[in-house]
Amino acid sequence: MAPKLRPWSVALWLLAWQGGSVALAAAYPHGGLLLASPVQAALRLLELLPSSAFWRAVGNSSLRIFGGFLLSCALALLLASLAAGRPWLRDLLGPPVAVVKAVPVASFIILALVWLDAEALSLFISALMVFPPVYLNVLEGLRQTDPKLLELARVYRIPFRRRVWGVYLPQVLPYFRSAASLALGLCWKAGAAAEVIGLPEGTIGERLYTAKVYYQTPDLFAWTAVILVLSAVFERLFLAAVDGLAGKAGA
Amino acid sequence: MEIHVEGLCKAYGGRPVLTGLSAVFRPGITCVAAPSGTGKTTLLRLLLGLERPDGGIIRGADCRWAAVFQEDRLLENLSAAGNLRFALGEVPGEAGELLARLGLDPSDSRPVRAWSGGMRRRLALARALLAPAEALALDEPFTGLDGENRARCVELIRERGGGRPVLLATHDLTGLEDAPVVRLGEK
Repeated sequence: MAPKLRPWSVALWLLAWQGGSVALAAAYPHGGLLLASPVQAALRLLELLPSSAFWRAVGNSSLRIFGGFLLSCALALLLASLAAGRPWLRDLLGPPVAVVKAVPVASFIILALVWLDAEALSLFISALMVFPPVYLNVLEGLRQTDPKLLELARVYRIPFRRRVWGVYLPQVLPYFRSAASLALGLCWKAGAAAEVIGLPEGTIGERLYTAKVYYQTPDLFAWTAVILVLSAVFERLFLAAVDGLAGKAGA
Repeated sequence: MEIHVEGLCKAYGGRPVLTGLSAVFRPGITCVAAPSGTGKTTLLRLLLGLERPDGGIIRGADCRWAAVFQEDRLLENLSAAGNLRFALGEVPGEAGELLARLGLDPSDSRPVRAWSGGMRRRLALARALLAPAEALALDEPFTGLDGENRARCVELIRERGGGRPVLLATHDLTGLEDAPVVRLGEK
């Protein structure tokens, strides 16, 4: 379980950051460029918030990255369901899943840039990063399904839909939830990295790249904070939906 | 309807459990009596189609069954009504009365994981008795029940079992002395 963030601890680290930034600015002529302070980052974020370009970038990136997450979840659920009862399919999918898990995301980004246009890059990369954990966890959840309940369902001739709702979903949802939580963090990191390399127009990644080129460190931190907030918001919303489904399914 | 078994054999890992069993199960209760580990559960599993026999013939068992298994096999996070709905598709109108007669509260909405072992066993029995089945397989349905609850269960099985074969595996025939008995594990 992730350690809980205590307000005093967060405040202490923000103070240390502020102190470090002030010290660098005092020590070097352009020290302020090396490390913008949290106050500068917050002020820059407040400047960005009212602009339509900001919301367009947030919308474009969210649509692609979260879209990639959703598409990948759907595919992983489908393939895990099929593979659970078909050892040959599990064996067939084993190598590509292992490769996606092991190969650095930058390699895939560069390869995908050759195949795809920049607009589709972050969707593809976030989907790619999400697939292995969701597929493997769902597969494991299905493997752990209670065979005694499946026998009961067989004897009572319980239809497939009710069997999914009563036996499979409660078993799989906790595995899916934990994978989705991990994957949501992963897809934002990988998706933003893909945008920085692919530079699709009007995205958060493009803004991060611009911040790098012009040494706009307040922008860099402001956009990074936006990514963190978006990641947390999407995670909360998605997991709340999963929890709602789990409650209905009796998980 | 009748269920016939002839020369039924089943072994696990080379250890014979059923060796040439022949029996007829007619409508009404038939007790399958045997000490533990001598094939009661195996016989029921073969009849339910959950396992294949190594030899012998089973006739008439290809019908709609309901069962109480060795374990309760309930959905732990669902209530009694939820469990009935899962197994039967809906909560039958007669469920309330039957549950009450088994000493269970039909309005109890707690998940069954919070129930005692005896309550869970009675719910598993209620589920089997309420199912629209042509035959019942009850594997030690009185496990964990006291004398009073056991008597209630026997009475209900008699009431609702009439007209269809009810195979009742038990090592204790109290209250079932008048039922035909198939004894396993005897030379």
